[in-house]
Amino acid sequence: MFRNSYDNDSITYSPTGRLFQVEYALEAIKQGSASVGLVSKTHAVLVALKRNAEELGSYQKKIIRIDNHLGIALAGLAPDARVLSNFMRQQAMSSKMIYNRPIPVSRVASEIGDKAQKNTQVYGKRPYGVGLLVAGYDETGPHLFEFLPSGTVLEYFGAAIGARSQSARTYLERSFESFADCSAEELVLHGLRALRDTLAQDKELTIQNTSIGVVGLDSPFKLYDNEEVGEWLEKLGDVGSSRGRRQAEEAAAEAAAASAAAEAADTDAPTTDAPAADDEAAADLPAEPIETDD
Amino acid sequence: MDHMPENWGRPRNDVYGEYQSAIHNAGQGPQSRTQTPSITGTSVIAMKFDNGVMLAADNLGSYGSLARFTDQERLIKVGNETVVGISGDASDQQYIELLLERLLIEDNYPQDGHHLRAPHIYEYLSRVMYNRRSKIDPLWNAILVAGKNDDGSPFLGYVDLLGVTYSSPSIATGYGAYLAIPLMRKIVSEEADAKNVSEEQARKVIDECMKVLFYRDARSLDKYTVATVTLDGEVKMDKNVRCQNMNWRFAEGIRGYGTQKQ
Repeated sequence: MFRNSYDNDSITYSPTGRLFQVEYALEAIKQGSASVGLVSKTHAVLVALKRNAEELGSYQKKIIRIDNHLGIALAGLAPDARVLSNFMRQQAMSSKMIYNRPIPVSRVASEIGDKAQKNTQVYGKRPYGVGLLVAGYDETGPHLFEFLPSGTVLEYFGAAIGARSQSARTYLERSFESFADCSAEELVLHGLRALRDTLAQDKELTIQNTSIGVVGLDSPFKLYDNEEVGEWLEKLGDVGSSRGRRQAEEAAAEAAAASAAAEAADTDAPTTDAPAADDEAAADLPAEPIETDD
Repeated sequence: MDHMPENWGRPRNDVYGEYQSAIHNAGQGPQSRTQTPSITGTSVIAMKFDNGVMLAADNLGSYGSLARFTDQERLIKVGNETVVGISGDASDQQYIELLLERLLIEDNYPQDGHHLRAPHIYEYLSRVMYNRRSKIDPLWNAILVAGKNDDGSPFLGYVDLLGVTYSSPSIATGYGAYLAIPLMRKIVSEEADAKNVSEEQARKVIDECMKVLFYRDARSLDKYTVATVTLDGEVKMDKNVRCQNMNWRFAEGIRGYGTQKQ
């Protein structure tokens, strides 16, 4: 009757040492549209692709300002992100009130990490279904952290989460070495180029579906939405995915990735992880196919 | 029949003995020893100079007018580049030292390159002091915090048992507010004046102030500590300094106190 008896709560290990509910939470991030973050020596930038539930509906907010020096971009369950962002705002205000100090980015990032970790160790809770990119500027410079429902918090030069974020990551990996000396403007354009690679084939970046957040040395967190995005898209020029145009190299890379994924899927079927199964490959990531299209 | 109504319903004295009215007449609330100071430290004085801030406080712990302890250290180094000077109740001072020690330990756990500096410690102390006065259980102290601002300029702030805060290039608590501030303001009156004062000049004025305070403040000692916070992030503690070149000859002429007959 049950396909998997080890995913009924988020704190019980499977015999192969996995927490399935936590892994499902990580899958929930991939259901959300993409968010991209990147840092230079002076600035941190967030860009995100907003989605509307239906043609006549409004777009879901993707970038949230936390404080003058701090903001987050989300992918996954937006209500969970609201809970986390409210908590981060409280922490930021406490730091201002008690110490007269803007909260250090690494501290607020690890605080939400601790919060998320509790959900994987205390009975009766559920992991957050959202991934966050935390970008901010403090005494030690600009920072970008990736937060995951598993409680993992890691710092990055560039990071992307959400649907088809692998394409953005590919762009970031190719060009991150030039980020350090970028101006704020160049950094945003790099972010937008990474973001447009996550678009579905016939989609493009518009002023409705694009959000941009910039923070840096002597410049408080600025959120660009709607009309304000227009000039950025003009600077970007081409607002469609560039994946098609780099077809030759993309095709080769994707074929390699696909065959690797297929191999992994063959050897590792996560939803049938029976207690008696002695599956060595189970330590890999779950390869459960997820529908990521809008 | 007893015609005095206040005696009705009471245990009979001839059976149970005299009623212990002392219990009835006791004051309100439990005994408290912390709502009024007992062992106290007198003034803390401080002034900015071109390359930092200099503080001084003597080493006396008074029990009323009795010079009870002569080795009290009232200037505390907090972190690497901040000094906190505390006047007032000694037990509350120890509690504040405990709070600051805990705060610093907590702040050092992440090892992320962030450190609490003078403005942060000042804000924290002002919150603690105002919070305690709001509970009508104040920490009976006046505190000076000295160190470096975020932009590297010298920082000096005052907070007291009421939660009152202010900043100035030269500040003194207690008696020093009357005796030392006029002397310090002769050379550092406005914020801009501090830039024209060298460490040596500042030290001369601080030593002079401590001498005047020892002459005039009956709860003071001629042994004191001078702390110097410099902008390159160094804290020097000059301990067991003595007042120099004092002249007490005028004391022979004083009449009306003590045992002299005329």
